[in-house]
Parts: sequence; C-alpha cells; structure tokens
Amino acid sequence: MALTEQTRADAVELAGRYPQSRSALLPMLHLVQSAEGQVTPDGIALCADVVGLTTAEVAAVATFYTMYKRHKVGRYHVGVCTNTMCAVLGGDAIWAALSERLGVGHDEVTADGAISLERIECQAACTHAPVMTANWEFLDDMDVPRALEVVDRLKAGEEVFSTRGPRIGTFEEIERSLAGFDDGLSQEGGNDDHMLAGLAYAKQHGMTAPEAPAESPLKPSTTEG
Amino acid sequence: MPLTPILTAHWDEPDSHTIEGYRRHGGYDMVPVTLGVHPDDVIAYVKESGLRGRGGAGFPTGMKWGFVPQNTGRPNYLVVNADESEPGACKDIPLMLANPHALVEGCIHAAYAIRAHYAFIYVRGEVPHAIRRVAAAVREAQAAGFLGTDILGSGYDLTIVVHSGAGAYICGEETALLDSLEGRRGQPRLKPPFPAVAGLYGGPTVVRNGPEWFKQFGTEKSPGFKLFAVSGHVERPGIYEAPLGTTMRELLEYAGGVRAGHELKFWVPGGSSVPMLMPEHLDVPLTYEDMAGAGTMLGTGSPMVFDETTSVVRAISRWMHFYKHESCGKCTPCREGTFWLEQMLERFEHGTAEEADIETVDEICKQIAGRSFCALGDAAATPYAPALKYFREEFLAGTHTAASELFDPVASTVFAGAAAR
Repeated sequence: MALTEQTRADAVELAGRYPQSRSALLPMLHLVQSAEGQVTPDGIALCADVVGLTTAEVAAVATFYTMYKRHKVGRYHVGVCTNTMCAVLGGDAIWAALSERLGVGHDEVTADGAISLERIECQAACTHAPVMTANWEFLDDMDVPRALEVVDRLKAGEEVFSTRGPRIGTFEEIERSLAGFDDGLSQEGGNDDHMLAGLAYAKQHGMTAPEAPAESPLKPSTTEG
Repeated sequence: MPLTPILTAHWDEPDSHTIEGYRRHGGYDMVPVTLGVHPDDVIAYVKESGLRGRGGAGFPTGMKWGFVPQNTGRPNYLVVNADESEPGACKDIPLMLANPHALVEGCIHAAYAIRAHYAFIYVRGEVPHAIRRVAAAVREAQAAGFLGTDILGSGYDLTIVVHSGAGAYICGEETALLDSLEGRRGQPRLKPPFPAVAGLYGGPTVVRNGPEWFKQFGTEKSPGFKLFAVSGHVERPGIYEAPLGTTMRELLEYAGGVRAGHELKFWVPGGSSVPMLMPEHLDVPLTYEDMAGAGTMLGTGSPMVFDETTSVVRAISRWMHFYKHESCGKCTPCREGTFWLEQMLERFEHGTAEEADIETVDEICKQIAGRSFCALGDAAATPYAPALKYFREEFLAGTHTAASELFDPVASTVFAGAAAR
C-alpha cells in the first residue's frame, strides 16, 4: 500500500468537512496511516500540503498521539490493557503469556509481520475486564487460553470476531474507518450481558422508571425572537 | 433506590442502535417541539429540571448553556466530549454502541438551545465500533430530516461531524479536546476563559418528559438518574441505571455482590482520579454532595470494586504509571512529578522502598496538586494519600517485601478458580 492520488482526494474531502481545514488533521493522519500502515514523512508531507501547514507542525501533532505509529505495526495490532483494573483481573497474566508465545515485547512486531503487541491504557471497558483489543476492536472478558487462541488464529489468517463488533479487519482497514470513511460494518455485533446487566436485574425484580407524563410540558412562553 | 432503566430501557432489543429501534419508543418526537419554541425557553426548561453534567464535575447543564454568549458575531459550536478514558469509566461507550440516537437527538436539542449550527462529537479513537455506530446514527438522522438544512421546516440548520481521536487521555480535558479538534497537540489551555462545551447524556429524555418528572429521581441537589458502571470483583459487572442517591450497597446487591468467597477491601466511586472509599462508606448516597462529604467525588460514577486479594500498592502503582504515560508534558510539576511518582511507587511494589519514601511521595503529591493548568496533575496526586491512610502497613511492607509475594497476583484474577483446577 502507498499514498496515491485517491489518498490525496480523500484528504481533501476530510478537510472539507470542517469549518477550518486544520480540524481534519487527526482524521487525515488516520487516513495516511491507513494507506501506508504507519505515519511516514511522505504521509506527513501530504497532510501538511492539504491543510497548509509545515511538515514540522504536522509532525509535532503526529508524535503527540499514541495511535499514530512511526514504524510498521503488525497486520493485527494487538493491545492488552494493563491499567489497574484489567491488570488485577488478569491482564498482566495475559500480557506475559502473549509476549512469550509471540516472542515480542511492547511496541514490537513478529518477524512475519502478522502481529504487533502493545501494553495499552484503559479502554473504557472495565465492566468487561480483562480486556484486549485487536486493531482496536474489543475482545472482552479474556483469559489466557482464549487470548492465545485469538493471536494464533490472527497469525494464521483465520477470522476472529470482536466480542461486541464485527469480524476484525486489518490495521489498514480499521484506520480508514477511523479516518471517517464508512466501512459498512455499523450493524455488526450486539449488546452483551454486561451492558444489559442492570436492565436484566430490573426486569427480573419488577423495577421500572416512573411513567413519563403523556404530554410534553415544554410549551412556548416567551415571544418569538 | 430501585433501578430505573430509561436510557437503557430498550438495549435488549436487537435494533436498539437503529433509528427504527429508537423511534419505536418515541425517539426524536420532541425535536419539532423544541424547534417550535424559543431557544431561551429550552435553556430555562433544562435549568428548571436541575440536570447536571454526568461527566464528573456535575456542573448544572442549563446554567452552562445559558453562559454561551449570543450575538457576538462569531458562530457558536457544540462539542460533545465522548473521549471516555478515565480508568474505571465505561458507560459512554456502551451508550454509543447501544443507543447512539439518544446522543444525536441530545445534540439537536442542545445545539438549538445554544444557537449552534455545527456540532462535533469527539470520540476516542480506540473504539472503532462506537464511532461506526454514532456515524451511522448521524447518517440515519440526516436521511430522516432531523439534521441538515431547514430541519422539519423550522428554518434551523444543523450539521454533526463525528471525529475520531488518536489516543490521548488528556483530550478528555475540555480545553485539550478543543485544541485536538483544531488539529493541534491536545494540551490544556489556561482557564478562564472557560469554553462552553456540553456533555449532555440524558438530555433528550429530560426534554421529552419534563422537569417535574426528572426531579422525582435522585435528591434535591442531585436530581435525576445516571448510568453507573460497576466493575471489578463483583459477580455481575455491568451497566446499572439508577437514580442519584442510590448507595454502593444497593449497586453491589444488583451486581450480585462481591464475588463468592471474598470480601470487599476498597472501592473507588468515580474513576481512578477520585479518592478511594472503604466498606464503611457503602451506605453513603452516590450524589455529588454526599460523596464530597465523604472526602471523595462522584466523578464519573463508575465504581471499581476490589476484594481482599488485591494489593493496594500495586493498584496505586499502576495508576501512577497511567498518569505518567498520559501527562501531556506542558506543565513542569505534572510532567516531572508523575515521572517520579511512577518510579517511587514501583519501588514500593517491588519491595525496595525506604521508609522515608512514604513521606517523600506524599510531598511530591502536594507539589503537583493545584500547580498545573488542568486536573490531570491533581488526579495523579489524589489516589496515594487515601491509600496510605487506610493501608499504611502495605506501604511499610513495601520497604522489604514485593507486593506479588504479599498478594498472589493469580488469586485476584477472574480466572483464579480455573487456574487452581
């Protein structure tokens, strides 16, 4: 994959979505990353050109955010949350097992280019701890055997589904989606038991919110302005 | 107080995230009503409801909207902070997955009230599926005529842009988020001036059902309901929607209690950035005021529960690593202080600290708190003191014994039983 005229056209489209084109810089960096698998000097130059900044200004932004990678990551970039909750509930054990199985450490890639590993911070899924991600899609309620199975399957090119989302795509595919281009997968996946825990308990125990009034009390009161 | 499923009421329907699923239960019905009254009426209405922001600080929503100056000659913007990444907080992502139209409809009411024609939903980058769902909801709402130009013939125009972040906790800080949205490094600005940023979950329901209905939930000063995300060593971790003023004892009961065969050691009511509480605090109502009275904060309302297998030193040490990792580096006390805090807490975790370090860490925390632009430094300085207060002996043990020897890490995992078999 490489930067093409289409990449540039897409970048121009992103710039047009905002009142000021510079606001499109973060999505645009996701876009060039989707084209090259990392943010390269060429990608930075393309962004700088489209939004009218120097390459130094764009590089300053690109290096601030951890999702922009300055070296090739794996086809599947696997994250293991090792923030406190996930670490305590098993994330540290999962991290150790994956690192040993793959023979790589934090921010490293397997020799075949299939998998890269990252110790990641809180993913806003503590109710689903311990949590992993593959190309940022949730893999919830993990344990060591399932974590090993996931990376073995990804490495072998077999399909793996996110626990609350679609089949996990390649790093380049996800990055294009993050840049703001629809991949048609929004209907995939469903709400799981953790998300429904309170609703299920309420239904079992006959708990409901009080009925709302039939008519809205919001009525015009001041003069038209 | 009993559970009150409102925003979550239809999450068990397979199309809860679609416009059909949302409209089946009255979604968007209030849009023509709002667009038919003066924006000031909408603000007065939200003020009357007593709705407060659910993000942590609990700022009155109607007052915030009222602060937005009009007729300045410059456009107003609505920016929704969906950069959920506070350790422990995990309620906004499920809402965006299961009910993204509630967020989109909330944007319409809020943007109309503050007279904005552009709204941005800034979603953290690491949740592609939540971004897909919100973007799809915006497209569906647009196709149905609830967004775009001359919405429902009212003459009001609104465009919503869904924007992905790129991995920076600090961008959840409102001014850092704005810099990030402008295509810059996400570093906080000095305040004042304060931006008018809205975090508005719960908005559409409030507008639909009225202030009196809303105020029957919760307490006088903390009215309404909230999504509580209960995580950790409980039988059924998950999302529980309940009135403010519900107690942790009640939430624990709904979540099936502390996992079988174990007992509560400590809990953190609102994300890692608020002081921890103990079993003796289980009956304190979860309101902004009562949590402050107990020396902590309601924060994000995402209680984390830890049982007796957990090393408090390890827990604090890992949070310090987090704050060091996420400090944006702008302010020296935070940048340097979190660097030292991480290293010193690691010494306690590895059993190589010296007794004098206990006071040194406390001193570093005091040097950080209140000395930086934003609250990240304050947050980093927060967890240590209460942990030391309740578990001083564990920090003393850190002068000679590693945390992993005192607390078997396997015992605290969710698969501890499986490992033993």
